[in-house]
Amino acid sequence: MGRGGKAGLIAAGWLAGALPVLADDLPEKLAEKLAPCLACHGVEGQSVLENVPSLGAQTAPYALIQLFMFREKMRVAEPMTEAAQGLSDGDLQAMSDALAAQPPPKPPDDPGDPTRLERARAVTEQHRCNFCHRPDYSGQQSVPRLADQREDYLLKTLREYKSGARRAYEPIMVEVLQPTDDSQLIEFAYYLSHRR
Amino acid sequence: MKTLLSCSRTVLLAALASGLVAAIGPVAAQQQTKAPAVNPSPAPVPGLPAQAPGASPPSWAQGRPDTPEVANIAPVVPPPIPAAVDKLPVAKLKLPTGFQIEVFAAGLSDARSLRVDDKSNVYVSTRRIGRVYAITDKAGKKEVKTLATELNSPNGIALHAGTLYIAEINKISKVDNIASQLDSPPKPTVIYDDLPSDAPHGWKFLTVGPDNKLYFNIGAPCNVCMPSDRHAQIRRINLDGSGMEVVAKGIRQIVGMDWHPTQKVLYFTENQRDWLSEDQPNDKLNRLLHPGKDNFGFPYCGGGDIPDPQFGWGHSCQEFTPPVAQLGPHTAPLGMRFYTGKMFPAQYRNAAFIARHGAWNKSKKIGGDVVVAKLNPDGTVRSIEPFITGFIVDNNYIGRPVDMEWLKDGSMLLSDDYNGAVYRITYGPQRVSMSR
Repeated sequence: MGRGGKAGLIAAGWLAGALPVLADDLPEKLAEKLAPCLACHGVEGQSVLENVPSLGAQTAPYALIQLFMFREKMRVAEPMTEAAQGLSDGDLQAMSDALAAQPPPKPPDDPGDPTRLERARAVTEQHRCNFCHRPDYSGQQSVPRLADQREDYLLKTLREYKSGARRAYEPIMVEVLQPTDDSQLIEFAYYLSHRR
Repeated sequence: MKTLLSCSRTVLLAALASGLVAAIGPVAAQQQTKAPAVNPSPAPVPGLPAQAPGASPPSWAQGRPDTPEVANIAPVVPPPIPAAVDKLPVAKLKLPTGFQIEVFAAGLSDARSLRVDDKSNVYVSTRRIGRVYAITDKAGKKEVKTLATELNSPNGIALHAGTLYIAEINKISKVDNIASQLDSPPKPTVIYDDLPSDAPHGWKFLTVGPDNKLYFNIGAPCNVCMPSDRHAQIRRINLDGSGMEVVAKGIRQIVGMDWHPTQKVLYFTENQRDWLSEDQPNDKLNRLLHPGKDNFGFPYCGGGDIPDPQFGWGHSCQEFTPPVAQLGPHTAPLGMRFYTGKMFPAQYRNAAFIARHGAWNKSKKIGGDVVVAKLNPDGTVRSIEPFITGFIVDNNYIGRPVDMEWLKDGSMLLSDDYNGAVYRITYGPQRVSMSR
């Protein structure tokens, strides 16, 4: 079955038992709307599913833009496009704010190869990722948090921006990646997912 | 060529408050020393990785102030949901004596280029969310209609003989008799699509020339690169899409063009590269005196006066057509129009208003205003003065002006894509407000 199907089974498992971490603080309706999201993206901000991004402490403006794009069908990536249908502007804002309040994802257990990390750091900073995404990669405004994001999702996203397969709200990443090659994208993803 | 440096003293003083002078300083400094000095060991900027001892900062970091604001440099992206009417910044904007500004329409997410037809319907494009809007006014009641959706960055719009033309990244299309079909417009008909599909600088400005041809730009698909022979140029086509000609080359990106009202020459703003330095190169105001021949220098020369460190070797900026004015580094001049109305005082007749969207590639933002360029009889620029200021507060945007157009009564409409709104600027005794 496809990724969506597997996530659906897991979703059922989560909903049967655990309540999302945020449920106590949120109005019931919002918690209900978020439950299926957290089932895939992780109740503590950390995704354990391949190619599904962690959303904990993601910047609210960035999350809002992505949810808006899914709802408007500017980005078609199931199940997200389907999941965003029927959400109001207020829903999008409230959900983005709630995601931003989740704890950030944790770094992986494997600390990575120090030599490779140092070289990867240099090439990442050469492309000034540490400016827009901030030196600690926590993001700012509409520039997303990258720190401790899943390596597979980072690489997939970088490749999709570079090839044009992923539509951007603002084509900044396409422009930034214009002078790069795939071997550098691999190093970006390695560094950003392992750096501490 | 006119630079902000040679403004008259009174204009300089007027410009001081608005941040225009911030652009003058670096131009003066550049004239004294051609190459920026190498710092042996720059002081570490808080929060940024320390430089290796003895390493000079990369060229783009030279001239960078040593403040925490540097780490906040990032492109500014507007929220996709437009601002509520009561959050719009009109009360904070400053205009010359006798001018007023009010909200004309709100709730137009990503409002960009503006056009007005002879029935005073206002057309508004977008560049991120694929829509084209129309604002109609029936007996004082305004309505916003969405004419098209899911277009590919339809930033460029133009009107001619009742037809609306739309320029997306990779096609130009039209809707005939648009004004009679605003409630159920047909899908646009494609008239031209021999265009690259690159998203970076792929959005276009569209204008109809005195020769009844459509003029539009194709930007360079990068910050700086050697463009293909299909990029970094202005093309014109007939109204049916035939007869394409490249009329200008060496242009990085354009988001505003207009025709001198009497000389019929095309003027256009041009956005220059990022990450060279905080203070270089200047964004430009150009004019196309020799269609088919003019080359404005990209990627070899930036700002009209800075050889590019990556591409400039073996070239001189003197090889290329210089700008008629430098508009400040990274200020992002976008929409421009020559004033042809009768409401504003005579000094503004045939002057060019220019919206400076504002900088992001600078730690201290500049621009975020509308300036007015007054011309000499020969079409060169005599002076540039602030007209609307105040879109930057505490180094943050409270709005970002994009494009302007004139209503029949000579008032100015101004779009703001940061808030998703259109403002109206009038001159004279307080008039009956058109906002509802």
